[in-house]
Amino acid sequence: MPSPDNASPAASATSRAAAAPGSAVPIVSLRDVHKSFGTFQVIKGVSMDVRRGEVVCIIGPSGSGKSTLIRCINGLTPIQQGSIKVAGREVNDPKLDKLALRREVGIVFQQYNLFPHKTALENVMMAPLKVLREPRAEVEQRARELIAKVRLTGKEDAYPGQLSGGQQQRVAIARSLAMRPEVMLFDEVTAALDPETVKEVLVTIKALAADGMTCILVTHEMGFAREVADCVYFTDGGLIVESGPPGAFFSGAKDPRTRQFLSQVL
Amino acid sequence: MLDLLAPFFKDLYARTGLNFIVFYDPYEFGRLLNGAAISAQLIVWSLLLSLVIGIVGAWVQSSQSAVLRGVVNAYIQAFRNTPPMIQLLFFYFGLGAFTPTVDMGGYSQPLISSFTWAVLSLGIFGGAFNVEIFRAGLQAVPHAMLEAAESLCFSRWQTYRYVTLPLAFRISLPALTNNLISLAKTSSLAYVISVPEMTYVLSQVWSDNINVPEMMLLLFAFYLAAVWIIGAMLHWLERRLALPGYGQ
Amino acid sequence: MSAGPFRLDPALLAERKPSAFIGWRTGLVLAAAFAVSLGVAQAQSGQDAAKQSAIGTLVTWTPFILQGFLLNLAMSFLAMILATASGIVLGLMQISPNRAIRVPSRFVTRLLRNSPWLIILFVVMYFLPVEIRLPAGAKIPFPDWLKATLAFALPVMGNVSEVLRGAVNSIPSGQWESAESLAFTRGQTLRLIILPQCVRRAIPPWMNWYAMLTLSTPMASIFSVHEAVSNAQAGMESAGARPELLLPFYLFLLCLFFAYIYPIALWTRALERKYAIA
Repeated sequence: MPSPDNASPAASATSRAAAAPGSAVPIVSLRDVHKSFGTFQVIKGVSMDVRRGEVVCIIGPSGSGKSTLIRCINGLTPIQQGSIKVAGREVNDPKLDKLALRREVGIVFQQYNLFPHKTALENVMMAPLKVLREPRAEVEQRARELIAKVRLTGKEDAYPGQLSGGQQQRVAIARSLAMRPEVMLFDEVTAALDPETVKEVLVTIKALAADGMTCILVTHEMGFAREVADCVYFTDGGLIVESGPPGAFFSGAKDPRTRQFLSQVL
Repeated sequence: MLDLLAPFFKDLYARTGLNFIVFYDPYEFGRLLNGAAISAQLIVWSLLLSLVIGIVGAWVQSSQSAVLRGVVNAYIQAFRNTPPMIQLLFFYFGLGAFTPTVDMGGYSQPLISSFTWAVLSLGIFGGAFNVEIFRAGLQAVPHAMLEAAESLCFSRWQTYRYVTLPLAFRISLPALTNNLISLAKTSSLAYVISVPEMTYVLSQVWSDNINVPEMMLLLFAFYLAAVWIIGAMLHWLERRLALPGYGQ
Repeated sequence: MSAGPFRLDPALLAERKPSAFIGWRTGLVLAAAFAVSLGVAQAQSGQDAAKQSAIGTLVTWTPFILQGFLLNLAMSFLAMILATASGIVLGLMQISPNRAIRVPSRFVTRLLRNSPWLIILFVVMYFLPVEIRLPAGAKIPFPDWLKATLAFALPVMGNVSEVLRGAVNSIPSGQWESAESLAFTRGQTLRLIILPQCVRRAIPPWMNWYAMLTLSTPMASIFSVHEAVSNAQAGMESAGARPELLLPFYLFLLCLFFAYIYPIALWTRALERKYAIA
């Protein structure tokens, strides 16, 4: 994969090999991450490993730091203490080339954030064209494929304002995928949608996971987590309280806080 | 074109006494066209200058230096809270006294003409309002949009160029339209520094021919037409650039 | 009062900080420019002992200029009162359900708002008579400054009418509906419920128009009304029409208007911010 970034060829080769499926080295690893906004501590020491191809769901009450955690993983929010490694890069490193990091990690937001002055197709094409400077024909073809993958063929020339919430969210997913990331982050992407459109987005994410994409989702959709996740994490008060495979997690949670939260939402 | 208009207006004068001499007398017609041309140029140039100043000023206002921001703020306050007519007089007479003159062989002509001073003064006056408008437009681009661009690996300059500026411009356009139309109307003040634009020319015609009501009507009609044309162009631009789906 | 997505929030167009600190500095910048120009003029005229110095000239003429400025202010007050009264009437006509009233009033409002103020001034100055003849044979003189005042009142009247229309339209329709369900007539609804709510949100734009009106009063000097600019020009002529007087005198006029208008502008911003929360 052409990546004109700062990391030396040797280092990226190592990270590719190391993060191969089933290998021991996780593609995303957090160690003792602390984050505060001013004096208010939001994340109080989180450690987590995600292996390549895994689907991880993070659930928990509002204010438990889930969204902040996601934003720290791709460097949108800096952390005060601890280490986050993504595909061999240390996010907390002040000398990190953020753009190189963000090529490995795609993120989809709750509020879609599509560029309203560009059509759906242009939204998907913009980053590879302007940032990666790939040839136009290639980019356009891949963009059309991605839009077909999220089942929006026929909507390429529509503007975001003309699309429904669910459709916009799927374009946002296609847009992030256009950069060919190693890891996809989803920040409560269905929270702003109405129930019918939630399903179409979840189906898209499920297909993505089935294709082998490493996904980290912050979500309230317990049914989805149970079905698709390889591992579920429960956060409360800035810490990971409990984690485990969904089967064991949902039927037999050990910690009382987890059990209380699950009884409220299920 | 004079040949087409002349018979009708001569006839009108003969029958009703309404003297639209500018439409049947070649000399007066020439004066009218000159006045219209100067007015049009004055409006176009001062509008453009005000836009450029607005953009540069808004950019400076987002800089880190408190000194630069203070200077731009002082400029805005000075030119928004003082009468535009006095600003014109100040530029032409006050600053004009210091500009060098060019020897034209027998008489000297100032290097900067009254027309140029009018463009400068009106452009600076209009620019003071445009800076505020552009700044508000830049601020109104949702922060989340910039985050999305950042997550897609756009550099700061790329985000500015592909996301912030296009959106800020579209958001600012309605307020900008109001301001530019207002500036076009204010351009009639150039009369006080003897710029030979429409007001000045027609006032000379009516003092020569004592047909004040008719010429005033024409003056009114000219400005209403100018305002209407500018408004129409800017509204067309607004419609063309409107974000589809967010219509109101 | 937030706007929709991708719309300019009108509150953002106002000053972010009412910062009297910045105003003080701006006034200082203008005053400094004024002092420098005086210094330059003084240096130029200092050589000739026979002519009075630039500063001396300005000091001599200041009372006369201030006298003229009082006329500017008087014109602005009177014009604003006239414009507000007639503008409210015109505005109410604009929102009338009766088409025969609504259409002409909308036309008049648009005409007044789209015409340059200078042209309206010309029309009024030329076409209003010099004196008004009463039936009894008495004649009341119609002085130039009064004509100019009327001329300034006209465009502001159009704008006040628009301000009123905008304010009434911004009242949620729920207010009209609940008033109607309580059996109020349209007139009562307007008088007791809608208009009182409009007053608060109409005040900042109204003050804005007052400032613009005041900043237009110098145009009267074109017609020899003895206001500040006219008097300043007369003073410069009297002092011998020396070029070094031009800069200080015009700068003085700018500072004078700034000193009056800027506090009003600050006050308007503070009111805007206060009513934005309501």
